[in-house]
Amino acid sequence: MKGLKIIVLAKQVPDTRNVGKDAMKADGTVNRSALPAIFNPEDLQALEQALRIKDQIPETTVTTITMGPVRAANIIREALYRGADDGVLITDRRFAGSDTLATSYALSLAAKKIGKFDLIVCGRQAIDGDTAQVGPQVAEKLGIPQVTYVEEILEVNKKKITVKRRLENGVETLVAPYPLLLTVHGSAPECRSRNAKLLMKFKHACTPAELVREAEDYLRLHDLHDYLDITEWNVDDLNADLTWLGLKGSPTKVQRVENIVFTVKESIQVKPDKEGIDGLMKELIAHHNVG
Amino acid sequence: MGNFYNDNSDLGFYLNHPDVQKIIELKERNFSEKESFDYAPQNIEDAIDSYEKVLEIVGSICEETIAPNAESVDQEGPHLEENEVLYAKGTEENYAKLVQAGLIGMTLPRKYGGLNFPITPYIIAGEMISRADAGFANIWGLQDCAETIHEFATQELKDKYLPLFNKGATAAMDLTEPDAGSDLQSVALRAYYNADKDQWFLNGVKRFITNGDADVSLVLARSEEGSEDARGLSLFLYDRNEHAVTIRRIESKLGIKGSPTCELVFNDAPAYLIGNRRMGLIKYVMSLMNSARLGVGGQAIGIAEAAYREAVKYAHERAQFGKAIIQFPAVYEMLTNMRVRIAAQRSLLYETARLVDTYKAYLEVAEDRKLEKEERMDQKKHQRYADVFTPLLKLTASETCNNIAYDALQVHGGAGFMKDFPIERIYRDARITSIYEGTSQLQVVAAIKGVTTGSYLSRIREYEEMQVNPELDHLKKKLARMTATYEEAIALVTENEDQEFVDFHARRLVEMAGNIIMGHLLMLDAQRDKSFKYLAELFIKIGYAENDEKLSYIKESEIRDLGTYRQVIEDYIA
Repeated sequence: MKGLKIIVLAKQVPDTRNVGKDAMKADGTVNRSALPAIFNPEDLQALEQALRIKDQIPETTVTTITMGPVRAANIIREALYRGADDGVLITDRRFAGSDTLATSYALSLAAKKIGKFDLIVCGRQAIDGDTAQVGPQVAEKLGIPQVTYVEEILEVNKKKITVKRRLENGVETLVAPYPLLLTVHGSAPECRSRNAKLLMKFKHACTPAELVREAEDYLRLHDLHDYLDITEWNVDDLNADLTWLGLKGSPTKVQRVENIVFTVKESIQVKPDKEGIDGLMKELIAHHNVG
Repeated sequence: MGNFYNDNSDLGFYLNHPDVQKIIELKERNFSEKESFDYAPQNIEDAIDSYEKVLEIVGSICEETIAPNAESVDQEGPHLEENEVLYAKGTEENYAKLVQAGLIGMTLPRKYGGLNFPITPYIIAGEMISRADAGFANIWGLQDCAETIHEFATQELKDKYLPLFNKGATAAMDLTEPDAGSDLQSVALRAYYNADKDQWFLNGVKRFITNGDADVSLVLARSEEGSEDARGLSLFLYDRNEHAVTIRRIESKLGIKGSPTCELVFNDAPAYLIGNRRMGLIKYVMSLMNSARLGVGGQAIGIAEAAYREAVKYAHERAQFGKAIIQFPAVYEMLTNMRVRIAAQRSLLYETARLVDTYKAYLEVAEDRKLEKEERMDQKKHQRYADVFTPLLKLTASETCNNIAYDALQVHGGAGFMKDFPIERIYRDARITSIYEGTSQLQVVAAIKGVTTGSYLSRIREYEEMQVNPELDHLKKKLARMTATYEEAIALVTENEDQEFVDFHARRLVEMAGNIIMGHLLMLDAQRDKSFKYLAELFIKIGYAENDEKLSYIKESEIRDLGTYRQVIEDYIA
């Protein structure tokens, strides 16, 4: 019997953790050119979970799917450097302006096209939108069960998986059969680093669009090795219904974005003695600031 | 996220040195492995690109894991449990990351699971890891032992042990004994051959063994009964799975506390002979020690870099008398001198790495085909230079590292003496570099050959032949004057043909050569990249003055002074 077939959904995002003063444009949207494009952190943690399953169950394959512009192929390569088997870039101008609903529609079509998967793993949410909607929507569109906020895989075999969920007030352990979608919480372990041999093996991997720009010396390599071809799918490859895509397929309308700077509105004086500190701690616990 | 490779442009600068291209050509032999290994490079440019990308992996693990763990590793250290060395938690994490990233066995051939990297990028990786945590760098750097197995062991041993390294096997070199430190000829640990079992066995004690509980240990032992010198010693491989060694204790040390230093007792421990009997110390350990000395050179510069960065940061943050202390000449002079000396030592480090790389790559080629006459001469020349540059590097880099750590702590003032800043750990870690793998005093014994045989001078003449831009001409002239001073000093020291007098001044002569060589190297760096011009100017200024001072002392020195030196100590004890 073969191993599991796992799909990892990953997004290339602007690195909003290190924002400078140019991070937002005047109209309130993210200024993508001012921020480095990175692998969404929780998606990277999702990849780690997929790779851990691959480490445990022989013949398991991990395929990364990402949707974005041509340069999002970097996400596929980053996953290959860490142990993924292959990847698909969904790219097409007609996807531009997609909100979470349109994105999950495209991703679900890609998952269907890959077919016969056991598990889809993705991060809980992306650091640019923080909606946490795409994972659950993909599961709904595919009609498969989902477990969100996964922190740890406790047990996994070819039939079912046992996971620990990180919830606001505690943890929950669930057992689920396949096919299944998991969203991975930020408290899960960090992803492993790139592997030297995999990096050297896959550094020339590229999409057909990128291949045009590869140096001539390396074109021969692509003829020899299929693993260097990153699959690229557009709207037609996915047989997508245009009314569900792009701006047209996106019911989310951003009305206004405000730049809010937190300021101190009030202050309290705490006496530097046992009672003062005690009172402060109690108040912080009561307001769930700590504890 | 920061990255220890990308935040130090010197590293990429030396990786891209023109000589590295020749090394890659030799090492990759027409890129013959590009069909058989999916990670082999297609051409020179592809190879350098791979090195850079892999060094970025190292740089990111240094930044994100090894450096943040350094403090807890220093505090926790390794401990002994049921005859087993358990690393500190952070050490375990660091090593697991490097194994997972495939960074053990970097220089081994691909057929043994290695990356087939030249020594130059391997030393760059070592420098970065040492900057992150010098003690941990030892555990990682002992992969050098794999090279010794590769160079000298039987095919059977190579096939069995070399593939283990990339999977994470740890290594140790067991040389020192209670009565055999600098003088390894007195090694007493006994090896005997049991003909019935067709097996060697080891009995005896080893002391101060870094990573003593490693998976694979190379052990120097006396295989020839009744012998007393180096010719009775052979090198053996001991496999930890034999469980025939008792770890008596882990030493409590001043620095590099994360690295376990063990006292070992071999109890009839089965072992395999490496190479030929009697060649243990004479050939194999000398080769192993040279690799280790180059590694310590890199480690010393990594530590110095860490110390310098801590000092600069503190000097910017700390204000006294209404301004940041970096603005006071007394402070910025220290900092600039640190930067200049690190640059000089680093240029010597990578020059030495390239020399070693070149001759070793020729030796690898020679395994496949006979070298042409010209190639053989080129190999010999590079080996001759490597043999005298290695101790020069180990001596000067480790001493400079200590001076820089000292000054970097000084910049911190009282705060540096407290445990609150990383500098106190760096200061303690620096101290070992001038002691192990041969003390500074022993490096001089090896390096003085570079002075007396004229090897340093002939390399200096080669540098003089290289064209430089007119704006560097004043440096070239100054270096020529330094070389004249050096020759004058050699003549004064050697004219009486008194060995003790030569020994007495040996370090001075070696250091003079070092200053001239590093001056040339920095000037040539400036030729390739303008940003090195100030570094070259300042270093040559300092080196010029230092060499003058040494010559002046030598001029004043007479053979009868040696008696006075001895008399002063004797009078005091009496």
